[in-house]
Amino acid sequence: MRVTQGTFSFLPDLTDDEIRAQVQYCLDHDWPISIEWTDDPHPRNYYWEMWGNPMFDVKDAAAVMLELAACRRAHPEVYVRVSGYDRRLGRQTTAISFIVQRPAEEPGFRLVREEGADRQVRYSTIAYATDKPAGQRYAPRT
Amino acid sequence: MAGKHASHGSEPRSRWAAGVAPYAEMGYYQPDYEPKPTDILCAFRFVPQDGVDPVEAAAAVAGESSTATWTVVWTDRLTAHEHYQAKCYRVVPVPGTDQHIAYIAYDLDLFEEGSIANLTSSIIGNVFGFKALKSLRLEDMRIPPHYTKTFQGPAHGIVMEREYLNKYGRPLLGATTKPKLGLSARNYGRVVYEALRGGLDFVKDDENINSQPFMRWRDRFLFCMEAVNKAQAATGEIKGHYLNVTAGTMEEMYERADFAKQLGSVIVMIDLTIGYTAIQSMAKWARKHGVILHLHRAGHSTYTRQKTHGVSFRVIAKWMRLAGVDHIHAGTVVGKLEGDPATTKGYYHTLRDDKVAADPSIGLYFEQDWASMPAVMPVASGGIHAGQMHTLLHLLGEDVVLQFGGGTIGHPDGIAEGATANRVAVEAMIQARNAGRDYLHEGPDILAAAARWSPSLKKALEIWKDITFDFQSTDVPDAVVTPT
Repeated sequence: MRVTQGTFSFLPDLTDDEIRAQVQYCLDHDWPISIEWTDDPHPRNYYWEMWGNPMFDVKDAAAVMLELAACRRAHPEVYVRVSGYDRRLGRQTTAISFIVQRPAEEPGFRLVREEGADRQVRYSTIAYATDKPAGQRYAPRT
Repeated sequence: MAGKHASHGSEPRSRWAAGVAPYAEMGYYQPDYEPKPTDILCAFRFVPQDGVDPVEAAAAVAGESSTATWTVVWTDRLTAHEHYQAKCYRVVPVPGTDQHIAYIAYDLDLFEEGSIANLTSSIIGNVFGFKALKSLRLEDMRIPPHYTKTFQGPAHGIVMEREYLNKYGRPLLGATTKPKLGLSARNYGRVVYEALRGGLDFVKDDENINSQPFMRWRDRFLFCMEAVNKAQAATGEIKGHYLNVTAGTMEEMYERADFAKQLGSVIVMIDLTIGYTAIQSMAKWARKHGVILHLHRAGHSTYTRQKTHGVSFRVIAKWMRLAGVDHIHAGTVVGKLEGDPATTKGYYHTLRDDKVAADPSIGLYFEQDWASMPAVMPVASGGIHAGQMHTLLHLLGEDVVLQFGGGTIGHPDGIAEGATANRVAVEAMIQARNAGRDYLHEGPDILAAAARWSPSLKKALEIWKDITFDFQSTDVPDAVVTPT
């Protein structure tokens, strides 16, 4: 399966040039860039691991791309996303967020149904990957 | 009133002489009045009956929507009546018509805090039936922060909704389950599942899906939540279905909403027909329970559409932001329902911005300061399809739910493929816009390029390529030509 979180998951995986264009759009709007990675793709896993602080002072897309390359080298087998943050009054939230690296194999999610009275079902979504301990969830990239 | 009008312009007389006096002479017309920052201001469009002076008619509107009755009453003298009287401070003819715009100021003391019912009972309570007027329409209202702050406002607002759903940087996508009526609960849930797994964020009950013989509400809720959870697991994305809890009594609505919450639904839905107080109650419920509140504006066109009658939708939009809904249908411009581009733009500003400037070209008569009240997510629904994505993005922006009902479910290859077509189209358009393309003009090329690798989008573009709804709007700003 393909995890379709993020702004561009229905498009073919973005090339580095395409990523750079989106990063430039963020910088043009004064949205600092964050790079984050995770090996837990649960839809409510809001807090991915930060690859350093948000790059408040970086005004150059090339510098962001160097950081992205470093993050990918350190975490080649997991999900990585790039986000732009809008600090303006009334927003103060993420403006855009898109996946820029995903595991070679995405095993997806198990839907657990706990059957109760009156036909009610309590649902849980569990990522198959998280059956394994952190750090062993995705096969190393070859 | 005929008697009152006949006496207008005659000898000055005591304000308190028994009998009938012109409203204008009773203090309801004060051309030198300077509105206070705390006043509620209204702009009314009216046509007086033949022979009625427009100024007197405007003063009558001020009088009848505040303290006046048809004759002088001595009991006014027991009050600080100057304070409670509404004051018409300007009357402007609309060029080329028999219409006028009356600007009226109301002191804040006329209104109960936090009550749309009280506000509207005053301002549109009696006056619309007034015989001396041929027609009347409330065009706009400036609500000062002093009054705004007495309302809860949107249960969550756009920012919280996006953070909760974990979805940023693009319009959200939805669809209304079709056919509107007649599907069994099990078949209904099938439509929901297919549309969500195919790529939509939301599916929606229609306004008239409540609890009918063919599908009772509880069955629908159970099957829809199976569909939502299954789609969530299939995609790794948060999904929702607007479960319509509209019912005959407040108790019944609370019961349905509580059940939706218990099943884990992120969102519930109500119809405008439930009434202002019920909407405010549901907004309190929605904030308390962390459930997003969607409002369908069912019935609004009966009083919003005709330019010389009723209440403009921009006023309804303001009342609903105060009342506290998170979503409201606000027009598509290009779809099958009424919606002039300029007028619709005014609604979107009213719902989404914090400080809105007066701008007659988009129908906004007054500035509006929302004093940090959260924004309402506008919903565009009714006769739109993937081939219009560039126009929709241009006209409506990013903070909007685009709802493709027929444009999802009517896809020849299936509902999921219809959903995928819409999602591919919106992502491709956002990507192109961000990358600096002139997406409005190159929109068809951008879609065609995406259709080369997306067979779902290719089919959608083929089947709906010629569909437009090109009719003259009835509700357009004065002296602004409708773009074609």
